[in-house]
This record gives sequence, structure tokens and C-alpha cells, in this order.
Amino acid sequence: MQNNVISHPQFTREGKKVAFTPEVLEKVHCLMERYPEGRQKSALLPVLHIAQEELGGYLSVDIMDYVASLLDIQPIEVYEVATFYSMFYLGKMGTYVIEVCRTGPCAISGGEQILAHLQDVLEIKPGETTPDGIFTLKEVECLGSCGTGPVMQVNTEYYEKLTPGKVDKLLEDLKEYADRNKPGESTWMEKFC
Amino acid sequence: MDGKILLANIDIPGIRGFDVYRTHGGYAAVEKALRHLSVQEVIAEVNRSGLRGRGGAGFPTGLKWSFLDRKTDKPRYLVCNADESEPGTFKDRYLMHHLPHLLIEGLIISSYALGVNTCYIYIRGEFKYMVGILENAIREARQHGFLGERILGTDFSLEIYVHPGAGAYICGEETALLESLEGKRGNPRIKPPFPAFKGLYGCPTVVNNVETLATVGPIISMGGEAYSKIGRGKSTGTKLISACGNINKPGVYEIEMGLPVEDFIYSPGYCGGISGNKYLKAVIPGGSSVPILPADLILNTARGEKRLMTYESLADGDFETGTMLGSGGFIVYDEDACIVRNTWNLTRFYHHESCGQCSPCREGTGWMEKILYRIEHGQGKMSDIDLLVRVAKNIEGHTICPLGDAAAWPVASAIRHFRKEFEDHVLHPAEVLSKERSLLKVF
Repeated sequence: MQNNVISHPQFTREGKKVAFTPEVLEKVHCLMERYPEGRQKSALLPVLHIAQEELGGYLSVDIMDYVASLLDIQPIEVYEVATFYSMFYLGKMGTYVIEVCRTGPCAISGGEQILAHLQDVLEIKPGETTPDGIFTLKEVECLGSCGTGPVMQVNTEYYEKLTPGKVDKLLEDLKEYADRNKPGESTWMEKFC
Repeated sequence: MDGKILLANIDIPGIRGFDVYRTHGGYAAVEKALRHLSVQEVIAEVNRSGLRGRGGAGFPTGLKWSFLDRKTDKPRYLVCNADESEPGTFKDRYLMHHLPHLLIEGLIISSYALGVNTCYIYIRGEFKYMVGILENAIREARQHGFLGERILGTDFSLEIYVHPGAGAYICGEETALLESLEGKRGNPRIKPPFPAFKGLYGCPTVVNNVETLATVGPIISMGGEAYSKIGRGKSTGTKLISACGNINKPGVYEIEMGLPVEDFIYSPGYCGGISGNKYLKAVIPGGSSVPILPADLILNTARGEKRLMTYESLADGDFETGTMLGSGGFIVYDEDACIVRNTWNLTRFYHHESCGQCSPCREGTGWMEKILYRIEHGQGKMSDIDLLVRVAKNIEGHTICPLGDAAAWPVASAIRHFRKEFEDHVLHPAEVLSKERSLLKVF
């Protein structure tokens, strides 16, 4: 792996050797074949999603460099994309990333109260992770579920028509499963190619 | 409503699967188009139907298709815009979730008409769970010979791929979407050249919204002429409206164009009235980007006519007293809603989602957010209100893509119709804040 001169205050550089398992690699190649010859860069967003899910939940510089080598593009082409899109994380996240919508319609239906409740219960602010590493709380803009607000997304799952009571119950359930795999995530990738 | 077109079969159990969909007339439109209609005839039917883009702009679909450069040797592409991110809009998600095959059918017929052999569905990253639903529908269609090589024994071949985004509102803009599909940041391109000439990979490309493409199948089935008789004037057919906010029955409704706005809000078959029996204060009828209108102007035009759910009627009075049908994201506000707080909220959204390419949008949305924050939090000055108007005016029309306009219009329209509320925030901050604290539990 080349030693990059480019740095970013939010980047995580671990100096670890990273690689997909052969099964995942097969999926990545299948994805790349969906685009015309010479346009394998098109697979960057889907492959970054897979990398984030398979290689530890966030995109370290090592992972981004690895993805660049797979797609035969420059590392900077991966960095600029990873920093642009809000679903790519550059640093360690909790097992569950809770993203609360509080845009327009969700604000009317109580999204801000749900966010406040989560802050109270988890004792963290948006952008922070609980000390046990289970939950990360995030604010997001419109999740496209405005008729069933307030809504939040936990990893890939949507939870709608929330009340503080429902949130409490959900947190308990999630905690119970925290030591297992993230629910939903790997099934998404299985279906993908 | 009887006469549903897109959602006619939505309540049939198992309609998401190929077999049930097929036994209820599914893929008959594909058979009709590929076996009995020439490419020109399919295009003619779409032209005759008067179908207009359902993503927000309302541009005639047939006309957009006619711009596609058919002279070059380059491959042509069809891209389905499933990046539904406009606040208040959740119709495409509903459609894809329940009726994925309706979209696939539309994609096959449209690709046939456009001479396209590769089609991408660009879906917003947050809808990851939908990727499985769509991929499954594609797999089923292929198993039954509706996708792949030589479909139905004709010379026409087609592959459809699902491509997830990763969280960026701007990628709903068609050129930003194409950049994103090429694996880049979602920075909109300067037009011209338009995607019809230089789109995906520099090749001729058509980008259409999910609902638009899903409507193509039913148009072929019933005929463009019959479709054009539904609706009113140049707003033909039906439209999916996603209704939310302070109403009794939020949800996605298929309406015939021309339905009075008043009926849509108060009829038990649609929104079912304002929740808690409160008064209607305002409506944003087409997704957060279109101008907000106060109750009297959304129910009746300034000329005293009943306001109808059509492109023309909602735009009656231009931006002075009118608005737009947009994407059909219908947000309703009751008497207790704070317009200043709502405008601040939406401006924060546009500030967050600005791609940062054009200074007026990148800086202007941030300035508007800050000014609105201080008005909402009791630190505003009277001059701030006109300052907001000036900033909005300086963003509008001065950016590469319409996100700048989309950020400016909500602010300009909120001040145009609710200036007194902004002034009250400046003049009586303590009173306004205490009222809102009890109302919204501001923290």
C-alpha cells in the first residue's frame, strides 16, 4: 500500500492490512461487471457500502486505499467520495447507528422530542457513541418517510411512528442482540448481486 | 377513488411477487409493446397521453424522450431516478415497495422505445432495504423471459441494475445523479450539454422519475388517448400525492388531476381533515422546495376560483399568490405551526444538502440558516427580514442546478405570506418563545 501524503482531520489511519473474504470479493467483482468496460469506478458507492459493512463499520484510510486498488483508481478519488456522502463514516461508530430525522414533516410530528429523549436515555449528544460502544446517535435530514413520522433509521432498518415508549423498548431489544451480528446488514448484501 | 391507475391492484395479497402480478394483467403491456407496437408507436402513445414528469418539474415525458440523440453510435442509457429525498415526498418508496414489477414493466417498455439496452435504477442509499425487493423483481422478470437477451423472442435485449446512492439530496438532480452513478461526488453539471446528448459516460441518456416510468405500462395498456382523457387540461392522468403533517390520515393517495385541493384536505377518502379539529394554516403542496401558501390561497386562487390539484391551477398567480405541484409532497400545517421555525428547519436542510459547488448556494443557505436561527431564538432584528429576502433573491437563478432556487423559494414565500409572524418574533421574542416552548418543547 502506498503511503499517501493526503491527510484529513477526520480520517482514521490504522496501518492495518485489510482485505475482503473471497466470497465478498466475488460479489464485488460481480458488481463491477454491471458497468461498461473501463467504467468500473461506477461501482465505487456500492463497494464502499460493502466495505463499511464488512470491514468494521467505518472507512479507514487503509480500507479506502484497498477499495481504490480493487477498482484501479487513485485513492483521492475514493477519499473525495467518502467525505461527500453522509452515509459513509470515517471513524469508529457504535454497533447500532441511530439516525433520527428532524426535517420539516418529522419536526411537526415530534422528531425533535424523539431526539431529545434519546439524548436523555443514552446520555450522549448527536455525533457521540455510548461508552459501551453499542449506540451512536446521529441527526439526519429527511429519510423519505414523512407520513409515518417521527422516524429513525437504525443501521438499515426504518422505525416509524415513534413514541418515547417505543424507543425505550427498541433500545432494550437492540442491546440484547448487540453481541450478535448487526441485524439486516449482511442480508442486504446477499441480495445485492 | 375509482379509476386508480398505478395503485389499482395494490391491495391484492402477494402483488409484489411475479406470479400474482402476472395473473392480474401484469406484463401484458410489455407483450403488447414488444410484439405489436413499433418503437415509434410506443413513443406516439406516450406523447398522446400528455404524461408529464412526476419528479417535480412536470416536463412532458414524450418531449424529453424526443431530445435523445439517436444519431451517434454510442450506447444509450435509461436511468430511473429513485433518489426520492424531497422533504414531504414518499410516493416512489411506496410504489417500489408494493409494486416493484410495475416499475420494471415501465422500464422495459421505455427502454424499448428509447433503444436502450442497459438501464440503471439509482436508489437513495437510505432505501437499502429496497434493493432486495427490486433485485428480486428483476430476477423474477428475467426468469420469465422479460429481461435479458432477446426478450419475448424479439431482437430487443435489456439488463436492469440497481445502484444505491449514499445519502445526498443533491443526487436527485439528474446531472448530479449521473456523476454519482459514475462513482463521483454528486456535483451537478453545467447544462448544456443536456443528458439527452451527453449523459452517463458521455452517452445519450434519459433520466426519469420512478412514478413517471411506472405510468408508461398503464399508458400502453389503455392507450395514450384514453389516458389523456383522465385529468384536466394539460394535467393529464393521475398523480401520486404523499400527504403528511397535521392531518388525520397521512399517506400516499392516487388522485385524478383536477381534484379540488379543499376536497383533498378534508375528504375522508384522502387526508380526512386537520388533526385535532384545528384550523388549516398553510400548505406546502409539492415538496419542501415549492412556495408555501396560507390557507385562503391554497383553497382558492387570488382570482377567487377553487384551487385544483393540477400543474396549472397550483401555479395560478405565479409565485405572488401561487405555488407548484412539484413532486406531490403535500405538507399540511395547522393553526399552531410556527412558520419561522419551519422555515429555519427547511433552510438547515438545504444548507446541509448544498453540494458546495456554487458560492451563492453554499454560502447563502448557511447565512439564511443563521439569520433564521436568530429570529426564531429571539435575537433577530427587524432588518433581518429584508436581509433574508435579499439573500434568497441573490441565490435564486445564480447557481448551476435548481437546489439554489429550491432553497430560496421557501424562505421568500414564507416571508411573502407570513411577514407578520417574522415581525412578531423580532418584536415580542419572549412571548413567542414561551408559547413555542410549551408547544414544541424546545430544548
